Amino acid sequence: MTSARRLLQDQDRHGPLPALRLDALLDAVSESGLTGRGGGGFPTATKVRAVASRPRKPVVVGNGLEGEPLSSKDAVLLGHNPHLVLDGLDVVARALRARRAVLAVGADLDPGPVVEAARGRRIEVVTVEGGFVAGQESALVNQLDGRPPVPSDPFTRVTESGIAGRPTLVLNVETLAHLALVVRHGAEWFRQVGTRDEPGTSLFTISGAVRRPGVVEVPRGTSIREVLAPAEPDPSSAVLVGGYHGAWVTDLDVPLTARGLKPFRAAVGAGVLHVLGAGVCPLVFAAEVVDYLAGESAAQCGPCLNGLPHLAGLLHRLASGDRDPALPAETSRMARLVTGRGACAHPDGSARFVASTLAVFAEHVGAHLQGWCPSETRSAAS
Amino acid sequence: MSRDTTARLHIDWTRCDGHGSCAELLPGLLGVDDFGYPVARSGERDPAVPRRDRDAAQHAVRNCPVMALRLYRVDHSGTRR
Repeated sequence: MTSARRLLQDQDRHGPLPALRLDALLDAVSESGLTGRGGGGFPTATKVRAVASRPRKPVVVGNGLEGEPLSSKDAVLLGHNPHLVLDGLDVVARALRARRAVLAVGADLDPGPVVEAARGRRIEVVTVEGGFVAGQESALVNQLDGRPPVPSDPFTRVTESGIAGRPTLVLNVETLAHLALVVRHGAEWFRQVGTRDEPGTSLFTISGAVRRPGVVEVPRGTSIREVLAPAEPDPSSAVLVGGYHGAWVTDLDVPLTARGLKPFRAAVGAGVLHVLGAGVCPLVFAAEVVDYLAGESAAQCGPCLNGLPHLAGLLHRLASGDRDPALPAETSRMARLVTGRGACAHPDGSARFVASTLAVFAEHVGAHLQGWCPSETRSAAS
Repeated sequence: MSRDTTARLHIDWTRCDGHGSCAELLPGLLGVDDFGYPVARSGERDPAVPRRDRDAAQHAVRNCPVMALRLYRVDHSGTRR
């Protein structure tokens, strides 16, 4: 496997940070093909351009909240290389002539090293409340603006009106670190690893049935099997890609790209890989995840507030051996029902995970309806 | 010309309490889900409003007790108004 430690290498090897004018910055970021590493995967240049096109001076926010329980890559990055994240924030804020630059970190993270690294820079480091949806763009903007940390109706985008009514650019901390390297070394250098459509490296957090869980940095487009190798995974039939809003992938040789993951309706997202253990029942696992997701609803939007607990209940019935043959279809219907009907991606992401669980583990569901669980058999045999 | 563009109905889910007047005024466009909230029959996030439903849609926007509805158009440049 190509060694590609860029974000996690020693910081003093990066060299001085050039100051770029907005057009030069936009050119470099656009040519690099950098996309958001927080989950959405949106082209970074497009987002910067949206804020730059507004008449008022913007606010730039580095998002280090990392509300996904299976992800720790942002915390590792901030612990290992806070300067790189701050450099990215610095260079964007200067190019945009931003009114404020804020680095928001979760309450779980020791802000000490980050605050220390930010000394002498015009960047505010703010510790904010966590929670699964609190890291969603508009929820973070609301919290930084003194309102409850819940998402807003997306009709007005934060790039139009965010903190103090100013256009607000929210970028994930890993995205900012990549941006700092693009500015230093250029778009061509950035593209030396990864694929043509998805250049550069990404951080992945590996958990589940592995001997050495943790965070790795690999070129985009590496296969799941190769990414997992250093973590020494147990033999497994399925890997959850993208976290609790993600989807299961059963072919570990597919590359971690949009195209490779498409047949599984999965996406790289924020780089979460969770290996399902052979003795773990996927339906029990899914029911517990959806319990958690239902509890993390911001409780603003009716379909999410009502639909997610209902989904969790249906999954618990399937998991515990309720043999009602209507259960899978009803669970699918409920997942479809909540999709697209909330202010944020929480119902959609939760529904994607449920739909993937039902599709990938269809045989397992069939076994439950017949009164037995393949995972129990497997763990008893081993 | 904006006259040629599609009108869409946006529901602010953070406001909607499922009063149901919109679904009554726009039965062809909106149904009611298991929990009493409006659901677009087309499955679209912001359902397109056919010309024959424009008046009823404006009525629904004005009558929503929590002001959760908004009617907008997207012009050819992608700008909403």
